[in-house]
Amino acid sequence: MIHDLRTFKNAAWLGWQMEANWTDPFVFAIYSIVKPVAGSLILVFMYLVITGGDTQTLFFSYMFIGNALYMYVAEVLFGVTWVIHDDREHYMTLKQVYIAPINFYTYIFGRAAIKIAITTIGVVVTLAFGVLALGVQVDLGSIDWLVFIPSMLVGLATILIIGLALGGITFLTAQHGMGINEGIAGVFYVLSGVIFPITILPGWAQAISKLLPVTYWMEAVRRGLSPEMMAALPGATGLEGLSDLQLVLTLLASAVVFLFVSLGVFKYADRTARRKGKIDWTTAY
Amino acid sequence: MSESWLMTNLRAIRGRSYPRIIGSKREPSWLFFDIFLPLLTVSAYVYIYKYMAAPPEFVGFVILGGAMTAFWLNILWAMASQLYWEKEIGNLQLYLIAPISRMSILAGMAVGGLFMTSIRAAATMVIGILVFGITLSLAHPFMLVGVFVVTMFALYGMGMMFASLYLLLGREAYHLSNLMTEPVYLASGMYFPVKALGFWAAAGASIVPITLGLDALRQLFYPSSSAEFGFLSINLELGILVVLSVLFVFLSKHSLDYMENLGKSTGRLTLRWQ
Repeated sequence: MIHDLRTFKNAAWLGWQMEANWTDPFVFAIYSIVKPVAGSLILVFMYLVITGGDTQTLFFSYMFIGNALYMYVAEVLFGVTWVIHDDREHYMTLKQVYIAPINFYTYIFGRAAIKIAITTIGVVVTLAFGVLALGVQVDLGSIDWLVFIPSMLVGLATILIIGLALGGITFLTAQHGMGINEGIAGVFYVLSGVIFPITILPGWAQAISKLLPVTYWMEAVRRGLSPEMMAALPGATGLEGLSDLQLVLTLLASAVVFLFVSLGVFKYADRTARRKGKIDWTTAY
Repeated sequence: MSESWLMTNLRAIRGRSYPRIIGSKREPSWLFFDIFLPLLTVSAYVYIYKYMAAPPEFVGFVILGGAMTAFWLNILWAMASQLYWEKEIGNLQLYLIAPISRMSILAGMAVGGLFMTSIRAAATMVIGILVFGITLSLAHPFMLVGVFVVTMFALYGMGMMFASLYLLLGREAYHLSNLMTEPVYLASGMYFPVKALGFWAAAGASIVPITLGLDALRQLFYPSSSAEFGFLSINLELGILVVLSVLFVFLSKHSLDYMENLGKSTGRLTLRWQ
């Protein structure tokens, strides 16, 4: 246990150095804030140009919160996969990490943990900007913590688990790891009710949406963060029939399913990569 | 300028563009990701406009913007960052000792990148048009081609300038390219008319050629909404783009010479792993 904790801590420290030590802390802070805020402002301007400037609506809050939380999906999925790609292709250290007497999962999750921490800053800054400057409806006093905290934790764990499977696939691909990763994140963006309710999608797409854990995560976290907004939102979100408890339990069940699937994919990829000598494979890509 | 010098440099342009052109054919699976991924974001933005009951031309605005993002990403990752990566893998020193103008290397990168990206952007446009059933006006085909060509000239001129400036950077190159993605999507109005930013913000964003080029293309494809959503007149935008084209090619030549001299004097031009 102590050995694993030490691995986790050192992997997180290494991740931090790789993420942040290319510049001074001030520039890094700016960099960490500008990118997510700009991403959210794209949606804000899309909204403003159609509605003519009223951001005090329920749908605006729904959209803004979903887009801010989606940063976790994009960054964490990318972060986990990038660990394997970067260590193998760029720094060429994956083989040393691999043969070191450490738990490889612990190493990957340690590296990903720092990505989650940095992303959390981006999410918090974006939400704070939304609340203070644009009137996004999040009231600290009315947050339903019993829904928010479990759904947040289970959701993040699910994203990490999916990232692990994609990381496994990266063992076997030279060029496509990032493409697959961005593709999966993009599918979640379209189909998981991130910036619009899934009810606007065609029926076949809604059926797929209801198989994706991120759909339940988005709904649960929104209900926890802004319960009054979700209760008053006109029109259906597609999951309004589920109670809060049912929603969190469905999210938990999907996390368990994805845990087994992801571990299976990762172990298969790991075995295949060892057999084919791809652990220290470099393609100059 | 002798004939042999010209031929040598034209061959250098062809040689540097060749891997990019042939690469599209050798690795067709990349086409899937390069076409499929922008379509996902485009679809999400189309659905949000539909949810807000936006005028139908906004679907076209988004698809056009989504196609143009391919060019901006190509500028960041395959032009601006390229000489830095060439340095990292040891090719830069070969370029420097070759008896050719460095500008022909940059021009070759631009030609190859433009070819590769045009295929992807066109595919995104065609699939977007078919899936979402939009109609575009083709009343001014020569103007459309003219605006597109001048926009690309200015954009790739900017990419050539960035390529030499990026030689100053170490690991910052990756982060800088990352940082210039979403903010430029925002400033250039990739997914909404840039006029919505307000005059001065849109005027500032016009330094990125894709801003005016995209706005002009939208006005040409949707002439009926030109007055409401267009930023400047098409002719004025075209004129500014011509000026930007000349400016960026001029600046790229000077920045390349400056970086080369600086690199030689400090001995860092081919120094790797900074």
